Amino acid sequence: MVKMTFVEASREALREMMQADETVWCVGEDLGRGSVFGQYLGLQDEFGPDRVADTPISEAAIMGAAFGAAMVGTRPVVEMRFSDFALCATDELVNQIAKARFMFGGQSRAPMVIRKPIGLWRSSAAQHSQSLESWYVHIPGLVVVCPATPQDNYSMMKAAIRCDDPVVYLEHKNIWGMEGEVDTSLDIELGNAAVRRLGADVTLVSWSDTANLCVQAAEKLAGQGVDAEVIDLRSLWPWDKETVIASVRKTGRLVVAHESVAVGGFGAEVVATVVEQAGDALRGPVRRLGAPRSLVAYAPNLEDKMRVTEQMIVTAAKETMGK
Amino acid sequence: MTTADHNTRRARDLLAMMERIRAFEEQACLAAERDKLVLGAIHPSIGQEAVAAGVMCNFNRDDILLSTHRGHGHTLAKGADPLAMMRELLGREGGCCGGKGGSMHIADFGVGMLGANGVVGANITIAAGAAHGLKLQGSDRIVVDIFGDGAINRGPFLEGVNWASVFDLPILFVCEDNQYSATTKTSSVTGGPGAAARAEALGLRATTVDGNDAEAVADVTAEITARIRAGGGPEMLHAITYRRTGHTSFDPAGYRPEGESEHEAKTNDPITRQRAVLAGMGLSADELDAVHTAAQSEMVQVLADAAATPFPADDMALQDVQDIGSPAQGAY
Ligand SMILES: Cc1ncc(C[n+]2csc(CCOP(=O)(O)OP(=O)(O)O)c2C)c(N)n1
Repeated sequence: MVKMTFVEASREALREMMQADETVWCVGEDLGRGSVFGQYLGLQDEFGPDRVADTPISEAAIMGAAFGAAMVGTRPVVEMRFSDFALCATDELVNQIAKARFMFGGQSRAPMVIRKPIGLWRSSAAQHSQSLESWYVHIPGLVVVCPATPQDNYSMMKAAIRCDDPVVYLEHKNIWGMEGEVDTSLDIELGNAAVRRLGADVTLVSWSDTANLCVQAAEKLAGQGVDAEVIDLRSLWPWDKETVIASVRKTGRLVVAHESVAVGGFGAEVVATVVEQAGDALRGPVRRLGAPRSLVAYAPNLEDKMRVTEQMIVTAAKETMGK
Repeated sequence: MTTADHNTRRARDLLAMMERIRAFEEQACLAAERDKLVLGAIHPSIGQEAVAAGVMCNFNRDDILLSTHRGHGHTLAKGADPLAMMRELLGREGGCCGGKGGSMHIADFGVGMLGANGVVGANITIAAGAAHGLKLQGSDRIVVDIFGDGAINRGPFLEGVNWASVFDLPILFVCEDNQYSATTKTSSVTGGPGAAARAEALGLRATTVDGNDAEAVADVTAEITARIRAGGGPEMLHAITYRRTGHTSFDPAGYRPEGESEHEAKTNDPITRQRAVLAGMGLSADELDAVHTAAQSEMVQVLADAAATPFPADDMALQDVQDIGSPAQGAY
């Protein structure tokens, strides 16, 4: 076990993968200076400017060129800086990368990791705060992951680089400094959820930083006589239906919580799946928490209006129990 | 072999390739209009064959090509199998993409053809990246990326060409300028002097050529590719040609000035011009006709064979989406 922060964890995983495999390289803006959050600090010194490439401010070209380079046998790790800017490369991701293998009848592969930092992060306002994970889940061809702990960011970054599919890798900006113990020998298969807390009364399903909030909420609930199970999906596509359904079959109650807009969010998919496949096991109303369908504001009190809070999760869990 | 022999042989090869492309597309148009066998849109390059033949004869099988929606000629000239291509147009099993791509997504990785593209201009950044990947791997292979005159008005043109310039990549960008963007005359929607000047402004050497002169296209491309192979960095070739058909095989192109296309066909057909070159080298009309006939019978047979092929198995609809979370494994 080694103590690492969230940002150190994926950086260390990337470093090890670059040492082990010459075809892995990173491409994006300002990587030589570590990029916006220090995700690449020191890597250009270690691996040189060809393998840690500083690019023009050309998101479409970063994404498109990385794809071209992937098709000829390299494994790019693509940095988009903020998930918001990745929208400048939407055609490249959605129309090109995600579709090529299918359209070309299986001839091509796009083994790429596409990093798009997401989430609310101190007064960053509407163009630097959003979480669009549910969009990407909607695109066949993509793998979508949202690690929430240093361990997961370490092991899942490695798994994502090893994966032959394009992986949309969504790290939450609010937890770069989060510390945790990391077992560097632990492999995590993409698509497997983590049960972060065992419980008997209600299942809390979440991902990304909201999963951390659910763990806190569960501790609070424990003090109020509610034993909550917390499932951190970690991967949204593929996602671990089996673990969620088994948990709901045990608890009979479900709360889904995520930071992104509730309407059309992935929480709806989780709820629909549970109702379809384990509706008979539900013993209380289902609760779904997410942001209102509004935009993230700059002023802190307005920004807070977009947050799912620990208290909201606690309340929702109690509601499922008729408390 | 003397230089004269060499020249004659290349000239004959250029004619043969143009005749094959023409015959392929004539059959494809028949398959679309007469037989109703082509399921989606096809974009013929009839009258533009000198660009495909003249550029591609300077690229090896393991070099990389990316192309456009109007890419049948480029793909054939890169060495793809016309039967697999025709099957693809007809959405059949054994098509180069298993019938899943169609005309606008033809790819044949076996001959280095990494895809036509249904999105105008999208191939430019991808091609730059393919060149980037080859350079990173220390490969001596090079890339050719072909796009239309309309594509230079999309953002990826700026981003992709600048990228190639900044990273000094082994790539030839070819603007195949047929003067039309769908139903619009491109000059009416393009600021400034166009493709070559834009590339020069980004630090590339740019060459403009008569794109209906197969010999000239082959000659300048030979010089350019020699420079690129020697590490000279990216270049632009602006090949000026003319789109003789409508935008798609079904487009009557009523927006064009009366008689424009007919005039081009009569005075500026690349195949007719190449026959004149070969006649000047001493080939007889019979010899030239034989090249034509061979291409025609090859492609008539190709269409017949493609039409006799079944559609793909239904379960292919769920195959080749992704490895994990694949619908083929029931993940939906
Ligand atoms: C991004 C995008 N916009 C619009 C279209 C529709 N479209 C298909 S081909 C075409 C014209 C392209 O002109 P050009 O690049 O000159 O190529 P050409 O068709 O002349 O070969 C248009 C507008 C498209 N496929 N992609």
